[in-house]
Amino acid sequence: MQLTLWTYEGPPHVGAMRIATALADVHYVLHAPQGDTYADLLFTMIQRDAKRPPVTYTTFQARDLGGDTAELFQSSAREAVARFKPNALLVGASCTAELIQDDPGGLSKALNLGIPVVALELPSYQRKENWGAAETFYQVVRQLADTQRRPLPRQPGQRPRCNILGPAALGFRHRDDLTEITRLLDALGVDVHVVAPQGATVAQLATLGEAHFNVVLYPEIASVAAGWLQRTFGQPFTRTVPMGMGATRDFIREVAELAGVDPEPVLQGQGARAPWYARSVDSTYLTHKRVFVFGDATHAVAAARIAAEEMGFTVVGIGTYSREFAREVRACATRLGIEALISDDYLEVEARIAELQPELVLGTQMERHIAKRLGIPCAVISAPVHVQDFPARYSPVMGFEGANVLFDTWVHPLMMGLEEHLIGMFRGDAEFHADAAPSHLGGAVRPQPAAAQPELEPEPVLVAVEAAPAAPHDGPPAWQADAERELRKIPFFVRGKARRNTELYARDKGLPSITLETLYDAKAHFSR
Amino acid sequence: MNASIPIRSLDAPGRSGGCSDAPVLRERGQREVFCGLTGIIWLHRKIQDAFFLVVGSRTCAHLIQSAAGVMIFAEPRFATAIIDERDLAGLADCNDELDRVVDRLLERRPDIRLLFLVGSCPSEVIKLDLSRAALRLSTRHHPSTRVLNYSGSGIETTFTQGEDACLAAMVPVLPTPDALAAPELLVVGALADVVEDQFARLFAQLGIGPVRFFPARQANDLPPVGPNTRYLLAQPFLGDTAAALDKRGAQRLPAPFPLGEEGTTGWLLAACEAFGVPRERFDAVTAAPRQRAQAALARQREVLAGRSVFFFPDSQLEIPLARFLGRELGMQLGEVGTPYLHRAHLAAELALLPAGTPLSEGQHLERQLDRCRAARPDLVVCGLGLANPLEAEGMTTKWAIELVFTPIHGYEQAGDLAELFARPLRRRALLDADATPQRWLEA
Repeated sequence: MQLTLWTYEGPPHVGAMRIATALADVHYVLHAPQGDTYADLLFTMIQRDAKRPPVTYTTFQARDLGGDTAELFQSSAREAVARFKPNALLVGASCTAELIQDDPGGLSKALNLGIPVVALELPSYQRKENWGAAETFYQVVRQLADTQRRPLPRQPGQRPRCNILGPAALGFRHRDDLTEITRLLDALGVDVHVVAPQGATVAQLATLGEAHFNVVLYPEIASVAAGWLQRTFGQPFTRTVPMGMGATRDFIREVAELAGVDPEPVLQGQGARAPWYARSVDSTYLTHKRVFVFGDATHAVAAARIAAEEMGFTVVGIGTYSREFAREVRACATRLGIEALISDDYLEVEARIAELQPELVLGTQMERHIAKRLGIPCAVISAPVHVQDFPARYSPVMGFEGANVLFDTWVHPLMMGLEEHLIGMFRGDAEFHADAAPSHLGGAVRPQPAAAQPELEPEPVLVAVEAAPAAPHDGPPAWQADAERELRKIPFFVRGKARRNTELYARDKGLPSITLETLYDAKAHFSR
Repeated sequence: MNASIPIRSLDAPGRSGGCSDAPVLRERGQREVFCGLTGIIWLHRKIQDAFFLVVGSRTCAHLIQSAAGVMIFAEPRFATAIIDERDLAGLADCNDELDRVVDRLLERRPDIRLLFLVGSCPSEVIKLDLSRAALRLSTRHHPSTRVLNYSGSGIETTFTQGEDACLAAMVPVLPTPDALAAPELLVVGALADVVEDQFARLFAQLGIGPVRFFPARQANDLPPVGPNTRYLLAQPFLGDTAAALDKRGAQRLPAPFPLGEEGTTGWLLAACEAFGVPRERFDAVTAAPRQRAQAALARQREVLAGRSVFFFPDSQLEIPLARFLGRELGMQLGEVGTPYLHRAHLAAELALLPAGTPLSEGQHLERQLDRCRAARPDLVVCGLGLANPLEAEGMTTKWAIELVFTPIHGYEQAGDLAELFARPLRRRALLDADATPQRWLEA
């Protein structure tokens, strides 16, 4: 059993729903208990779809368990096909149905429905949402792509054609990434043959093999299917995810190579303002801001590169919940000289962030909870996300416009330069003080907590002094009152790091307690 | 008090009138409803020092965070112990695992006074005995934390039944009052804090007391219950809780539910009758709030009267709400669907419901949608899985879940409750008017 305050991914059948909902003319019959229809809300509310997901649930109840749940599944499948007339049917079980072992695949074969049936085996107690989506997409492609339809020989003057693989329902900014990348491919002189799963029909899926190569936008969803297409049709696929300026340029070169076109005109990056914004002097204060990055592997790796190379941040931590892509994240961490955190345990992520004390967290909806608790600015870069990250406005994170969007999104939660300077200078202000939120984020004026005012009585020395005098070399060394007061004069967004460095320094030197001197010794030590 | 004046019954047809004996359409098929785990979304805010630990799968965890995770929590008050394959294969002892998880949780959150182990479909299907686990853990963490259990599984509970199961689990641990104590009134069902305060004031003015509310805002502030307890249900979905209270000798006061002016009056009257409050006093205390409620309702009636409404099953609040919309706001009642119909608890409601109202219990979603489309009601009350799709079909919807976490009970909220139904209709009129580009071009 795993204690889970927040889960980074849903169960695998939600991944299957994301594929079914993205596809144009399939239906999914899901053997599931009453209540699992909550997943419809992900699509109708979070993504604000105007139609119900194409999913029929058997919604069995306790009284059904004594009876024939297999018959219930079969009648649901029969009714769904008669009513919705799909061109292919997906069938599978949710976690509870997995326990009662009714075999949806075998049961539907026995029905002779007259359309292709894709039976999904999604182990709910081992795997998760993205794996479920990848497996479902793979099974769909494998069973519905016509292996007789081979890549079309290119006529002189004819544009090369690619498939775009990966965009799905409930994906973080998939809608606008697809638009942005389609434009980019068009500018390169490449036509899009089929986009899948988003919007693909069963008839289109049959022709997947006719494209010259594949563009994989979301490896978490599409890399298994792309691997099969490569083995079956000899279609190569792109490895670079075009997120950030550098990665977009690499992607353009990679596509140009596969397509045999000239990348130069597109490499100019028309409309990309982010590089100039990052170079303008207003951004100088962003240099070496310490950031922690967490998300799915694709977005985390891309964000780390942007943070380090394009924003001038220092990436102090990186991690992912995508175990399937741990290797990629570890490699990225090695390049940054840090250790990757591969975990789907929210508490572990929280502990790591608390330990590293970054000035900015780039994470998921779940890191927003952690950042609120620790009082650290935060921006969302990856699923899981909530309704506010399915915006009405055009908000890609890929391509050149995506780079613009990311610049704005990441800088926004940080305190702006002037305010940051003035807070470092003058600390007694009733309205602007270290424990207030950045003023450009609005909100009510929070009075300065009395304890932070230096004019008052000496502050109560922190618990650590009383708790650890007997064992000065274990745990954090004790802070003396004057050092503790001085620490509070350091702006809040770097105070955590200063505390940590000073304690580290004191422990290294075997000091039993931290004095004012120790604080400045440590500052000098670490500034080298 | 001995000269209590018998209180006349509401101006309703007798017990045999209304829909008391009306046939109910019972259907089986896909049910588009929540499971009882969703009760955690409001219960964790009501009982402020309780924590809800679901023992289930990743699906359960995903359900709760999809519903509540749009809020940002520094300290969440719910979590899931996710069963994994080692537990299923018997490689790990589920009970040891659960003990470990609870230890880790309580270590992080020593402020938790009451911990609910909440059963789910997977834990029910593998027959994990959470009641024994709760007993064991209660002993282990005594006296700082009490551990109880209930089931919020979809196979056994629908949406608000989760609250019922939660409260029913607390009933056995409620203290026993002094046998000679005077009768006390207990109001049962989670109410908004402001509503609770209003009712407390009304009961005080009526001279009824002591009055306690269940659940209380703090876990260790448990109301006593015994043969001298008279209780009023504030919510219609509390079948098991009522049965558990009955078992401890408490007596239910039959009443309609306190929704709208009429329902609140009937509900308060039931208490007055039981506590021998003279009619004059009742009239004197309630005259002003009743008048306020009627005035507030009159404004919403302009929008709602004559409009038709269709209820999909959701919370068991549907029948009282339909009664309110039909009688106090003049709406035309189409189908009133409810996930479960507790005839005894709803007897007073059914008697008041206009005769001929089509009632349904349970659901075959696709057929019900067919009926709804054929009826083309002016307003559809349904869950969020259906609301936007029906809007896109041109229907106006009121999402039902909001009715469970908005203050809607009592006189002062009667106007607000009506407004919840009027708002989507007003909004549609507003947006449709603004959709005429001409208006802006000429301006």
